[in-house]
Amino acid sequence: MARMKFVCDAERCIECNSCVTACKNEHEIPWGVNRRRVVTLNDGVPGEKSISVACMHCSDAPCMAVCPVNCFYRTEEGVVLHNKDTCIGCGYCSYACPFGAPQFPSEGAFGVRGKMDKCTFCAGGPEEHGSAAEFEKYGRNRLAEGKLPACAEMCSTKALLAGDGDVVADIFRTRVVQRGKGAEVWGWGTAYGSQQAGQPPAQAQPATDTKGKS
Amino acid sequence: MSARYGLALLAILALSACSEPSQDLSANRGDSKPEYTGTGSNFVAPGWTQGDKASWTREMKVRTQRGQNEYNKIN
Repeated sequence: MARMKFVCDAERCIECNSCVTACKNEHEIPWGVNRRRVVTLNDGVPGEKSISVACMHCSDAPCMAVCPVNCFYRTEEGVVLHNKDTCIGCGYCSYACPFGAPQFPSEGAFGVRGKMDKCTFCAGGPEEHGSAAEFEKYGRNRLAEGKLPACAEMCSTKALLAGDGDVVADIFRTRVVQRGKGAEVWGWGTAYGSQQAGQPPAQAQPATDTKGKS
Repeated sequence: MSARYGLALLAILALSACSEPSQDLSANRGDSKPEYTGTGSNFVAPGWTQGDKASWTREMKVRTQRGQNEYNKIN
């Protein structure tokens, strides 16, 4: 079975924000909520790098661990989703998430914090696939339509890859071999627990036991 | 005596409305169907059969390679 994962190639991302626009358009995301956004480091400095960030659907998701009402669940395809009928909007997940993925819309006349909203990997939610209720709460379910996330399919430079982990890793590996640099995948190690990913080759160190050290 | 039974019966009937939804912490697990079951609509991507897990998995891999691996296009 496919294990869905995101990869963002920082060597290719040009900060065009088409992924952000595609996501907002596909799911009709309200103002103030950004399921996906582009982050640029050293903006304006030669050599700046941009990455597109959203929920990475972590292998061992911290949001699932801290949710007091256990509204999160993982699908058969490895996508981390949540049930908005159960969510109480407490915000614990936003503190736990290393990617800042959980978003909270302002609702009502006084801007009360609403239920959490985040990237669904275009996989909808617990409602019936393709139903109006699912679209209203979670957005379009593209996976059930045989499609991949809109952000990755709309990416103009193919910096953002989404799909089965084996396939996207293979595509990324081919690129790195062809260009001879840029093997660092930001967020990959944090999300999927890889020990060496995200580290330049010179800095890659074997995992050591740090118990007893201050 | 009958008044006491009547009062007890009244209390049972009155309290029967005071029910709670399930607070089982694992209530969300398994609610959603797998994605390969499809939407049941005709407006889906061609190339796979709704409900067929193998064809959905294959279509996902083919779509990723065709849409996101430009080395397949230039080589």
